[in-house]
Amino acid sequence: MIIDHPLLGPRDAQEFVILGDASLIDRPDWQAEDAAQQFHDYQHLRDNPAGEHRELWFHEQGDRSWLVVTRSTLTHEVLKVELARDVAIARGRNR
Amino acid sequence: MKTGAWIGHSAVDAMRYSVLQILKEGLTGNRGWKPVWREPEPKRRYDVIVVGGGGHGLATAYYLATVHGLTDVAVLEKGWLGSGNVGRNTTIVRSNYLLPGNEPFYELSMKLWEGLEQEFNYNAMVSQRGIVNLYHSDAQRDAAARRANAMILAGADGVLLDREALEKKCPYLDYDNERFPIKGGLWQPRGGTVRHDAVAWGYARGADRRGVDLIQNCEVTGFDIRNGVCHGVETPRGTIGADRVAVCVAGSSGKVMGYAGLRLPIESHVLQAFVTEGLKPAIPGVITYGAGHFYVSQSDKGGLVFGGDIDGYNSYAQRGNLPTLEDVCEGGMALMPMIGRARVLRIWGGLVDMSMDGSPFIDRTPVEGLLFNGGWNYGGFKATPASGYCYAHLIATGEPHPVATEMRLDRFERGGAIDEKGVGAQPNLH
Amino acid sequence: MSGPYRIDGGAIDRGRSLAFRFDGRSMTGHPGDTLASALLANGVRLVGRSFKYHRPRGVFSAGSEEPSALVELRNGAHREPNTRATVAELFDGLEAFGQNYRGSLRHDLLAVNDLLAPFLSAGFYYKTFMWPKSFWERVYEPAIRASAGLGRLSGEADPDSYDKGFLHCDLLIVGAGPAGLAAALAAGRSGARVILADEDFVMGGRLNAETHEVNGRSGTDWAAKAVRELASMDRVRLLLRTTVVGAWDHGVYSALERRTDHLAASNGKPRQILWRIYSKRAILAAGATERPIAFGGNDRPGVMLAGAVRAYANRFAVGAGRRVGLFTNNDDGWRTAADLTARGIEVAAVIDVRDRRPLADVPGARILMGGRVTATWGRRGLKGVELASGERIALDCLAVSGGWNPNVHLTCHHGGRPLWRPEITAFVPGGGLPEGMTVAGAANGTFTTAAALAGGHRAAAAVLDGLGVSVAAGEAPGASDEAAGVSAFWHVRESRGRAWLDLQNDVTVKDVVQAHREGFRSVEHLKRYTTLGMATDQGKTANVGALAIMAEQTGRTIAETGTTVFRPPYTPVPIAAFAGRSRGREFRPTRLTPSHDWAAGQGAVFIEAGMWLRAQWFPRPGETHWRQSVDREVLQTRGSVGICDVTTLGKIDIQGRDAAEFLNKVYANGFAKLAVGKVRYGLMLREDGIAYDDGTTARLGDHHFVMTTTTANAVLVFRNMEFARQCLWPGLDVHLISATEQWAQFAVAGPNSRSLLRKIVDPEHDISNEAFPFMACGEIGVCGGTPGRLFRISFSGELAYEIAVPARYGESLMAALMAAGEEFDAFAYGTEALGVMRVEKGHAAGPELIGQTTARMLGMQRTVSKKKDCIGNILSERPEMNREDGLELMGFRPIDRSQELSAGAHFLAPGAEATMENDEGWLTSVAWSPELGHAIGLGFIRNGHARVGETVRAWDGVRGRDVPVEIVSAHFLDPDGERLRG
Repeated sequence: MIIDHPLLGPRDAQEFVILGDASLIDRPDWQAEDAAQQFHDYQHLRDNPAGEHRELWFHEQGDRSWLVVTRSTLTHEVLKVELARDVAIARGRNR
Repeated sequence: MKTGAWIGHSAVDAMRYSVLQILKEGLTGNRGWKPVWREPEPKRRYDVIVVGGGGHGLATAYYLATVHGLTDVAVLEKGWLGSGNVGRNTTIVRSNYLLPGNEPFYELSMKLWEGLEQEFNYNAMVSQRGIVNLYHSDAQRDAAARRANAMILAGADGVLLDREALEKKCPYLDYDNERFPIKGGLWQPRGGTVRHDAVAWGYARGADRRGVDLIQNCEVTGFDIRNGVCHGVETPRGTIGADRVAVCVAGSSGKVMGYAGLRLPIESHVLQAFVTEGLKPAIPGVITYGAGHFYVSQSDKGGLVFGGDIDGYNSYAQRGNLPTLEDVCEGGMALMPMIGRARVLRIWGGLVDMSMDGSPFIDRTPVEGLLFNGGWNYGGFKATPASGYCYAHLIATGEPHPVATEMRLDRFERGGAIDEKGVGAQPNLH
Repeated sequence: MSGPYRIDGGAIDRGRSLAFRFDGRSMTGHPGDTLASALLANGVRLVGRSFKYHRPRGVFSAGSEEPSALVELRNGAHREPNTRATVAELFDGLEAFGQNYRGSLRHDLLAVNDLLAPFLSAGFYYKTFMWPKSFWERVYEPAIRASAGLGRLSGEADPDSYDKGFLHCDLLIVGAGPAGLAAALAAGRSGARVILADEDFVMGGRLNAETHEVNGRSGTDWAAKAVRELASMDRVRLLLRTTVVGAWDHGVYSALERRTDHLAASNGKPRQILWRIYSKRAILAAGATERPIAFGGNDRPGVMLAGAVRAYANRFAVGAGRRVGLFTNNDDGWRTAADLTARGIEVAAVIDVRDRRPLADVPGARILMGGRVTATWGRRGLKGVELASGERIALDCLAVSGGWNPNVHLTCHHGGRPLWRPEITAFVPGGGLPEGMTVAGAANGTFTTAAALAGGHRAAAAVLDGLGVSVAAGEAPGASDEAAGVSAFWHVRESRGRAWLDLQNDVTVKDVVQAHREGFRSVEHLKRYTTLGMATDQGKTANVGALAIMAEQTGRTIAETGTTVFRPPYTPVPIAAFAGRSRGREFRPTRLTPSHDWAAGQGAVFIEAGMWLRAQWFPRPGETHWRQSVDREVLQTRGSVGICDVTTLGKIDIQGRDAAEFLNKVYANGFAKLAVGKVRYGLMLREDGIAYDDGTTARLGDHHFVMTTTTANAVLVFRNMEFARQCLWPGLDVHLISATEQWAQFAVAGPNSRSLLRKIVDPEHDISNEAFPFMACGEIGVCGGTPGRLFRISFSGELAYEIAVPARYGESLMAALMAAGEEFDAFAYGTEALGVMRVEKGHAAGPELIGQTTARMLGMQRTVSKKKDCIGNILSERPEMNREDGLELMGFRPIDRSQELSAGAHFLAPGAEATMENDEGWLTSVAWSPELGHAIGLGFIRNGHARVGETVRAWDGVRGRDVPVEIVSAHFLDPDGERLRG
């Protein structure tokens, strides 16, 4: 597989380590009333789609960027690659 | 292990296999063999519908019929019988697990394997040639000892072999590998391999002749759920009603349970496996490398059957990529460089349910009447008999079988993960 | 002339003779021969034995699809089983052997299986061998295994080397037949970066086997000229003897190049190279493979594919027989009759299943339209055939053509399914092709030369257009269209005797019929039940015929019946080629610490840890057992001072205004208030609340910290921290860099450590106990101005420091420390002594931190802050992780102090039966404490703290040991830590 790194261009996926579903960015609020349930769901439950999947890849043998890769789990086609930091900020995690 | 009496009358003109039968048929042109299963039309409703005609689904139906006397059962299979992961795996059976949530279950499975062929009158070539997991350091040896002791405590067999003893069994390993010399191994003499397709066919035949309807090319596309109760399934051949619907579709668990609106602690991944051209006997049992991702056995046809790690990315594509293939072969060459000139004949990718702790689920669901069996990771084949046996128990009695009490969906909420590998809630690491 | 069957012409080099041996018999051939052509030239027909019935097998094809002529090639450790004689290039001194026989190839004792064939039909083994139960492993299976299999591995390590290479191109063209060459010319002339790969040792594909003309010259000449032109182009790379074996994601292909297989020896060069080709586009021009017709006795040596018989005559100058017959259902087959006749080989009969007018006159041949071959005779080679009419014709070779199958394999590697086209009776590429792939020529079902050339040219033009390259290709090469009519005809119903489909696995028409009868009706069931197409050729010549017969049985069409799945590799690839250089010492990288050479010079014994080699102990003269060395190192350290290279610990440099806050989130315990110049122990949890790593973090400045991790988890911790930084708290001003390899670090431990360090650390730095107390840290100068860092931390429990310098000074610092330590009798100690001392102190390490351990198990539940947001604290509160009767880390000592302990033993109550229900925990680490004079251990046991003083058994059933032990505190030495504060 090839991942088109937003900063570095196309790279062999072998340079990366994959973590899994990009929903892992959405870490719950530790002070929420149902924090235990929210953290359980966050950590353990997955949509696991047969189709478009947003997922986290780490460029371990490269620039150490975490990326959010949108990829089809049916065809492996890569549809979009973003810096995970940008995604996290867009989701308000810098506040 | 005797699991149930030969009960009920045969639904079809049952043909018992024997040497005599083969001689008789051989002399008459092999024209008298009967179909191993019927090709029935689905009825409007059943007591139990098993969704998925892979190994676990067929075993479930078989034990529902033999142990619990439930024969008003249909197995719905979207493709052909045995087209689940029972049709594409590396055929290994073993019960060398560590944790109490797992080990008794896999040991039950091993005991069921041991009597299976005589019981269902089908030679699945259960071959207990032994399995060894190598260790390369004192720390790995101690971990192997802990595991071996856990196995023995659960009634299984385990032996620690030092290098000398191992060398007698497997002289062709690269003991003095300059990176990871081999110091010994954990040997389970009762481990081995089984002819995987034959397991599906044996269970299918056994279930069919007891009246279970095995329905091929009948994909379940939804559930008939009203007020939190499951009343049946939807298929292209119409809605089929049932008191209990038991899903057993590892690999597609997320997709199918999604029809019921349930999210699971499971991801779908690709596991590649490999077979070489046929060769004269070279490797007697199963060998698992301790310093790389590689395990190997040799089939009765002579092919070296081997595999390693999953690719690591979520996939439903049933195919993998080069880096994993190369990684596995590197492990093979580091471990036993005598296989270098054996040629890889076929590479396939199986769709596996990877769970959050690497252990499976056999459980009820929040939807009444809907049950779930899945999350077998890359190790479902060896579990086939116990999975079917325990699932049938749960379906028939409503209670988990005593060896499967930890295989619950709520275990993460309780903090009771069964994490053999100790890598946490990251499915692609198990 | 090399052999009685050699004829004139062909593309062999008659000027040179190559001596070779097959099964002990010496023969000669020529450059340009394959082993198969040379064997045929010498009249050798029996080459091997089939899988199940051990029937005689000879050369069947002239390519990589060969199911029958498999040999063991070469000797000793170079032996290569199952080698297709049809693609093995002849070299001087080649030696090969027949395979899969017992006794001799001619008199195979296992040929008795053939007599038992009625009882060995499809799936017979599923129905028997079940009684008595114990006989399977002991009797039946060994016998089956020994008679099955094919060739033998040598049992020795593969002596050759293999390499990997990486290539990039605009266009990969798979196959250099007419379509591939036309495509390559068009693309090459336009300036595109092209790779053209072909599995053969001469490019040209079928052009070399046929008598077609291209652009007015012979196909062979045209191909050679095209190859010369391509070779002159800078941006075109030709890969000969290279099979593209797999299509992977995103335009990546793997190709196996055989570099030295055609030579007598590889002479230290890589035998094969596995190329990983990154392509923007690919054209599959892999041609087509001929398939046979099934009829009674069609497996005898001498029954061959018609196109192969043609190839042997035209290219290799060999007559596959002296009196040849042709059995065909299509026009193409007739070319064999024409070509053989032209080359002076007698064609005795042309039997065409089609009831129509003959296509041509074949001088001297009986032309039998509407004919059927029903049986053959000849024990080890064909002697004649019988027709449905009852007529018997003496022949020594029957050329059979049942039509051609496009080589669609690579189009299916991404799950695509081929499409049945009844008008050409062939499967062609369907949908779902790998991204960027187009198909041209016979692989696309375009069987004539002219159409293949045009198709290749057109495909290249379209690809170039898509890539934005302007096409400067000119016109497609021209040729005339030959006749290519075919009728669907799969097997002779009137056959007498068995009609083979899969020649290697011995699957016959009857087996397919029986599979249907027994309900194995899907193609996958058919394959799995009968083993059809599971042999080394993966059914390249067998499958389509078999599924056509299944379609007949079920009454479905072939399209409805479908095919099994084509999987990589296209042709088998040695395991060693996929591994490349990664074996032996090069299996994985080796990481060496700065003091490695020094330690090696001291005779240190090394151990692998996270790819590093660490000194395990340093034997001294006179020490004969590792325990002597380790005990000495421990006593030395505790008695005076010892030095240990701890460079391998992960080091992460953390800087930024929010560095403290960030640490507060990734560690379970508090870090916000750590003072500058201080070090703190930190426990790291996974988000699921499990303790997975620990270490110390030093605050060197307001906005600057240095963290250490365990050796094993260095990579993982860094990855997780980057995740936390980039994905969870992107608003924090903090940056991380892994500094593991930038800094050499040494532990200096023991009561004399301060005295020693005073000689090393530059005098302006006060390291007195008052100025530099326990858990102090600071940046220092070493040995006169070398920048360094000093941490007063202790793993051994002694007064101890860790001193770090930039890695390039590491070896010097080790030498300096040793020199300065001479007066204190300082010694280096290894990981074993380190391990003993940490067990004595009750520190958890690798054997305790196994990814299943909670803070509570370690007695650190109070370390986990509930007052802040940190990874893992919420889920660490789940009930089953906090059970009252949970496991707790404790110390253990044998009641009988002379007894040894073994890690991995489980705890059982005295008198308790050894069952899982009675299992109370396990011993994680053991050591022999030289200071205490007995064995000690750490372990997890249920409710341990409440049970101090209790006796349990350390039961180690697998090693036959059962040792009563007392539960004690894990802190065996200096529980109040007086030493380390001293």
